[in-house]
Amino acid sequence: MKSLIAFHNILKKDINNYYLKPPNISWGIIFPLSWTLMQLFRSVDSNILELLPGLISTSILFGTTSMLAVTITFERSGRSFERLLLAPISLNTLMLAKITGTILFGIFNAFVPIIFASFFINLSDINWIIVILAVFLIAITSSLTGLLVAVSAQQVFEAQTISNFFRFPMLFLCGLFIPVSSLPEFLKPISYCLPLTYGADILKGAINNNNFLPYKLCLIMLLIFTIGLFTISKYIIEKKQNR
Amino acid sequence: MTMISVKNLIKKYGDFAAVNDVSFDVKKGEIFGFLGPNGAGKTSTINMMIGLLKPNSGRITINEIDVIKQTKKAQEIMGIVADESNLYNEMNGFENLCFCGALYGMKKKEREHKARELLKLFKLTDASTKTFKSYSKGMKRKLTIAAALIHSPKILFLDEPTTGIDVESSRQIRELLLQLKNNGTTIFITTHYIEEAERLCDRIAFIVQGKIVASGTISELMDKITQNHNVHIITNKDVQDYITDFQKCFKESKVSLKKPNKLVIETEKRIPLLPILKFFQEKEIEVYEAKEIHPSLEEVFIKLTGIETSVLQKEKGGF
Repeated sequence: MKSLIAFHNILKKDINNYYLKPPNISWGIIFPLSWTLMQLFRSVDSNILELLPGLISTSILFGTTSMLAVTITFERSGRSFERLLLAPISLNTLMLAKITGTILFGIFNAFVPIIFASFFINLSDINWIIVILAVFLIAITSSLTGLLVAVSAQQVFEAQTISNFFRFPMLFLCGLFIPVSSLPEFLKPISYCLPLTYGADILKGAINNNNFLPYKLCLIMLLIFTIGLFTISKYIIEKKQNR
Repeated sequence: MTMISVKNLIKKYGDFAAVNDVSFDVKKGEIFGFLGPNGAGKTSTINMMIGLLKPNSGRITINEIDVIKQTKKAQEIMGIVADESNLYNEMNGFENLCFCGALYGMKKKEREHKARELLKLFKLTDASTKTFKSYSKGMKRKLTIAAALIHSPKILFLDEPTTGIDVESSRQIRELLLQLKNNGTTIFITTHYIEEAERLCDRIAFIVQGKIVASGTISELMDKITQNHNVHIITNKDVQDYITDFQKCFKESKVSLKKPNKLVIETEKRIPLLPILKFFQEKEIEVYEAKEIHPSLEEVFIKLTGIETSVLQKEKGGF
């Protein structure tokens, strides 16, 4: 019960202090919207459905990694994160509370291009259950990537630099714009090491029925990434405490 | 009853021992001060005691709970005030206190009630709806201490609580700490302000280069450097002609005249004041002042650590 009260209040605090602030709400809407428009204007003949998996994935990836990497690094530099570490709650509860807000923000980001697309095309053929599951898992793995960056960096600008180091190569290597099968042989193993490859592939299957990996494999891989990223982030926090 | 027990604590950063075999006990309801210059190992020690830093070796128990093995259980009974006011800038005073209460699992009604009580106690009720970032340094410090008290901890850890704040806020904080001590809270405080340690602490430990060089009550520490007892006497007139007589009466004493009407009597053993007063009375000399002079804690610190107190004060802007 005590952990639940702490979890709920950390989440509520993060939502009020960070996610519901006008600059972040506008970032959450404007970024996916402008990304969607840019893609549409660039290739007017393209099928919106074909663009949708990429737009959803990109919106979640940028939304979550930006927010968590910045907010945690900000709290760490102001030493308010230390207050959370010193509270009688487990590190697992604290980490879950910190990423839950970002996951919700990522899900909100994901639905901006979907809602926008719904004005232009019929979305009734989409397998929504799979889409929601994929959005959820992409939001989790992206949030955890942001967490990993946040606990590794010392300053906000450092977190942003490391985030970009992860995000931009991920965009081109995860099969969103260039199919993994068309990548040079030496880049393919890197592509399979990125969580977004599996998330984007599930979305491609659910929206356009053109996934190249089975759903089951993608879900297992995303779960492995979730556990792996969570464990590494926890290890880094504990290691920093034991220094 | 021992509330805090630290045994053979060692913390090394590479080859450098920031804390080197430190041991001490703090009794229930006591204010224990850690006094030393920057880099002496004060913050490393307090961070290990609150479970923020793991020691290389040694044992720490808080209310018989092993801090290293049961960190979270020990943290339930601790109130922690870091050396910086680390609350949330965007939240107001009341929200900050309630949030800190929630971290300790306090229910909404309970934490709101306690937050109001603390705001009143710390004279911050009027500022309770203002954001933390708009507070003055002194107000921030007071709210940070209030936040550490929201869950009614048995032990309060304060790292440099009055550094860099105004005199009035410092005084208020010291008063509140004494009030907490009187209510049975055990307080561990690190400071480099000798005056603060002297005013607040029941016992003090001097820490230099990771080692405790001396510890005890203020009078115990004073006894460590005091070999002779000094009694200062101020009279209404010149006493120069009576010195020889005085020396005859009080053979074990050494008398020196500081001014014609001011003398210092130095003895190996403590002597009562009444016979001295009688001596002067018989000579029809009025004694305005007669008191035993003790060395100040500052003198004790200098003597025992070899560090000038100006070094302490320069480091963080003075008292």
